[in-house]
Amino acid sequence: MADTEAPEAEPPEEAATPAERHGVPVVSSRGVDVLFPAPGEYLRVVEALRGEGFDLCVDVTAVDYLTHPGRSLPEGVAPERYEVVVNLLSLEQRQRVRVRVQVPEADPTVPSLFGLYPGTEVPEREVFDMFGIAFDGHPDLTRILMPEDWEGHPLRKDYAVGRIPVQFKATGGTGR
Amino acid sequence: MTHVVQTSEGAQELAPRDRSSERELLLETGAVLRMSEADAAAAIAEAVGTDDETFLLNMGPQHPSTHGVLRLMLELRGETVLRTKPIIGYLHTGMEKTGEDLTYLQGPTNTTRMDYASPFFNELVFCLATEALLGVEIPPRATWIRMLMCELNRMASHLLFLATNGMDLGAVSMMLYGWRERDLVMQFFEKVTGLRMNHEYIRPGGVAVDLPDGWRDDVLNILDVIPGRLDEYDQLMTGQPIWRDRTQGVGAITPEEAVALSATGPVLRSTGLAWDLRRDMPYLAYEELEFDVVVGTYGDVFDRYAIRLNEVRESMRIVRQIVDKMPPGDYRVQDKKVTPPPRARIDESMEALIHHFKIFTEGFRVPEGEVYVAVESPRGELGCYLVSDGSAKPYRMHIRGPSFYNMQTMPHMLHGGLIADAVAVISSLDPIMGEVDR
Repeated sequence: MADTEAPEAEPPEEAATPAERHGVPVVSSRGVDVLFPAPGEYLRVVEALRGEGFDLCVDVTAVDYLTHPGRSLPEGVAPERYEVVVNLLSLEQRQRVRVRVQVPEADPTVPSLFGLYPGTEVPEREVFDMFGIAFDGHPDLTRILMPEDWEGHPLRKDYAVGRIPVQFKATGGTGR
Repeated sequence: MTHVVQTSEGAQELAPRDRSSERELLLETGAVLRMSEADAAAAIAEAVGTDDETFLLNMGPQHPSTHGVLRLMLELRGETVLRTKPIIGYLHTGMEKTGEDLTYLQGPTNTTRMDYASPFFNELVFCLATEALLGVEIPPRATWIRMLMCELNRMASHLLFLATNGMDLGAVSMMLYGWRERDLVMQFFEKVTGLRMNHEYIRPGGVAVDLPDGWRDDVLNILDVIPGRLDEYDQLMTGQPIWRDRTQGVGAITPEEAVALSATGPVLRSTGLAWDLRRDMPYLAYEELEFDVVVGTYGDVFDRYAIRLNEVRESMRIVRQIVDKMPPGDYRVQDKKVTPPPRARIDESMEALIHHFKIFTEGFRVPEGEVYVAVESPRGELGCYLVSDGSAKPYRMHIRGPSFYNMQTMPHMLHGGLIADAVAVISSLDPIMGEVDR
């Protein structure tokens, strides 16, 4: 516990640089710390947070920022198309913390949290199903909500909102 | 044939596999079945004609006790459940995708349909997230009306659970009683919101309409009737030996397992961990209310049943306090940006008409940002992760459904138990498939 607190104590000394926690940029958003690790640091940061007492992984989800590239990010974090968002909760300290990882479009892969939090098995499958982001080390990375043979990842922004083909033959229309 | 080997943990005996006990073999297989449909079909075809005693059995999706369209792939040896794979997605309608195409005002109509047994909580969590991004503070009366409706909804949801739980375990008369009491609450909902479910009553900025005249009497009437009925349930089920045999010690999990598997709500509390967002991370005005968090001890089916039964009592305690403390004032925020002008103004002012029209067609713009908000729904932590790009529609709307996560504990509860207990375990999780599949 003692060594995990050290990075937190640093920011006041060098007020000019952005705040850091576990060596990655951190922003306070409505009372919740939001950490921005790179994919390579992701597993280490989450493990460090678990060591701090964040024992319940509440949620794993993702966002496709294809049509909204100009979002505000702390200095030193380059925006990528996808973002995996992990919400952790500490039952002891009654605190939440959020981790946002930038995932590049060219190689949408991040390490799985399954080894740290077995409860991420199902949400990571959902993210894989909906966004096509792969989780390295996941025991069963298969589709969960969509049928096994489905093509495409529905929550990506370049995937159109579904519609049911309706044929209005009697009107002799354009056959939409 | 026995070898003794020295290891760092002392002498270990290595025995032939056929001398392993049933329990040791069970531990070896693990609880979660990870197998695709194709692999399962191949495995079944391969096992035909061999003396392999394990087999795969499909339960659902059209099984009366699977609460909607849940399907379980069970690996059985005789009547013992080895591994389980819950197969979901039958109710998936892409509600998160749909949510990106609806304005913030239309958002609750979408989310309310997720957990259809507790619609108010779904509306609430979306509205809290929207309001956090907007930065508006809602008037006290709206907060208290929201709490009133949510607690009544918690009662209705738990009564529905008691009804279906009884039915699943053979106490069929319980089903009738549970629905009967739930209907009292539903009638009140209908009086206030016009609908029995999918209300869209809680909206960004407050609630849709004020409580009707005489609401106090209606609520007090519910509070008068239900306690006696709950005592009858105690007689019918809690104290009854058959009920206890059927539920006690069945499908138990430990607090460590529950936390590791991200379980929340009654499933987490049944293991003895007192975690309730209403008390531990208060939202709305729950810090001004007095109530207890009901916890279990053994994490079994009986504890989960008893917790829900007693949470109805706690909710009634809360509702009574809300009835006493309900503040006067506005039921929605007087912020012209969020709230449409009053109906009377539309007849006399062109601007009001235009404003009204714009709010309901274009919607209001929400500042850029992202937020995660959570409330304690009857099933556990119901969260909403909302991302705004500054337009009138959410850029991303994600709902963290408690049933979706609680479902992960099911293979572990079923592991090593009898198939007849599977029904009890499914029922005790109280999953709502609309929320699991979204």
